[in-house]
Amino acid sequence: MIKLKSKTQDALLFYVLRTISLVVIALLLGIIFVLIQAAWPAIKAGGLTFLFSKEWNPVEDRYGALPFIFGTLVTSLVALLIATPVSVLIALFITEYLPKSISRIVALLVEMVAAIPSIVFGLWGVFYLAPFVKKVLAPLLKTHLGFLPLFQGPSFGIGILTAALILSIMIVPTISSICRSIFELVPAHQKEASYALGSTKYEMIKLAILSPSVSGISSAVVLGLGRALGETMAVTMLIGNSPVISSSLFSPAATMASVMANEYADANTPLHISSLCYLALLLFLITFLSNLFARTIVKSFSKG
Amino acid sequence: MPNLNDAKVILEAKKLEAWFGDFHAVKGITVDYREKTINAIIGPSGCGKSTYLRCLNRIHEEIEGARTAGEVLLEGKNIYDKKVDVVDVRRRIGMVFQKPNPFPSMSILDNVVIGLRLQGISKRSTLLETAEVCLRKAALWDEVKDKLNSLGTSLSGGQQQRLCIARALAVNPPVLLMDEPTSALDPIATAKIEELMNEIKKEYTVIIVTHNMQQAARISDFTSFFVYGNMIEHGLSADIFTNPKEKQTEDYISGRFG
Repeated sequence: MIKLKSKTQDALLFYVLRTISLVVIALLLGIIFVLIQAAWPAIKAGGLTFLFSKEWNPVEDRYGALPFIFGTLVTSLVALLIATPVSVLIALFITEYLPKSISRIVALLVEMVAAIPSIVFGLWGVFYLAPFVKKVLAPLLKTHLGFLPLFQGPSFGIGILTAALILSIMIVPTISSICRSIFELVPAHQKEASYALGSTKYEMIKLAILSPSVSGISSAVVLGLGRALGETMAVTMLIGNSPVISSSLFSPAATMASVMANEYADANTPLHISSLCYLALLLFLITFLSNLFARTIVKSFSKG
Repeated sequence: MPNLNDAKVILEAKKLEAWFGDFHAVKGITVDYREKTINAIIGPSGCGKSTYLRCLNRIHEEIEGARTAGEVLLEGKNIYDKKVDVVDVRRRIGMVFQKPNPFPSMSILDNVVIGLRLQGISKRSTLLETAEVCLRKAALWDEVKDKLNSLGTSLSGGQQQRLCIARALAVNPPVLLMDEPTSALDPIATAKIEELMNEIKKEYTVIIVTHNMQQAARISDFTSFFVYGNMIEHGLSADIFTNPKEKQTEDYISGRFG
């Protein structure tokens, strides 16, 4: 066998690496192209009114995306509202309170939550979380916060709140592990500076850990949002899948991802298929923009 | 010049010991510090000077596995007493660190007054007034008075260290600990800090760890010499640097050891 000269080897390596990278970029562009092409009939038929129309009616072949945009945004935002404080507190507990030997184990266990398959979360949600919401959480919220439109109406266990709860559990590992690595970056001399001025531990955490970490925490939250927006399986099983817009968190709804998963197999008119692809394109656009937004926040904060 | 040995004792260490896990870093130090004096601690690297200093305001115990024994008396009261609030101890015994460490997300002004804010003082006029007084004491006022709202970290290293001194002074601690405050600075910045220490001494008691023997000789009234967690000698700097009692001290200051 002829031994390749190192120069030839290097050139070969370069071409292989370049080709692989280009294939990935080409795939991204290809997916966008195919989505636009498939969505084109719906874009032509509905245009921007597709975004604001509340009606999704496959029987009469009329399609509007508003209920799904609403469902996606509301479940994701509620999930973030729950998951962000929980994740920050978990990260603080792991980095600041646990001795190093134990903190690694706890951190690993929290991250293992991310390894649970979506469908398992969905099943757990259907059998345990939904009944819990129906029997315990919803009555509790109604008694104490029932004056808010958010907590009015009947709860069937399945709906926005349950979907948001499961989403929040799913994104806690993402947000908390990023927060943990941010908090670990805070130099010991910053904590000592705070203690030396007579801070309590709580004040030290606010002063030396949280306030310089605002941009890092926001980027962690937006990465969690990215995961929540696109999450499909567990949400589809728990949200009730009805394209309605209600002010109550107990109400069933549907998300962009859940309607795609539910209807792609049964879509029989070309406009129905095309409308689902339009939704896919929109979901892609929203996640893309949220990522872009995250980057700008991080940049503006790190500039000070 | 009044006899320094007649000044009132403000801080005393009694059989003070410190450990990191199994490592015995500070071994039974007993010494007292007089009011409104500068006290230098010198000795070779790793001799426990910094650890000892960090026991004096109980910041040593914030490290995982760190332990102390013995007593430190501030104006006669043991700061290691179980009933004593560690937060109060640190307000009365301030500290400046080796590396300038202003809070990166805060302005110059906010850095100086954060100690007061932590005590619940929020009246803007009081804060501004204290900030000016302390920045003047730290010889930084003229350089920053027009940019109090810029970030503390936008200043040069020497200015940042003086900002940290102002920040420590703002809570008005009778005792100020300084852990090699000039080791990260250039000679000009170092000279400025040494100069301002002479002013600070009029109101505060300073205990300073330094690697720089000339610095200790220049600025301090008393000097302690540490080796491997033991205090070999403590006395008037004038005596220690001209006529040390111990052979080890003499070897160290004449450069034959350490």
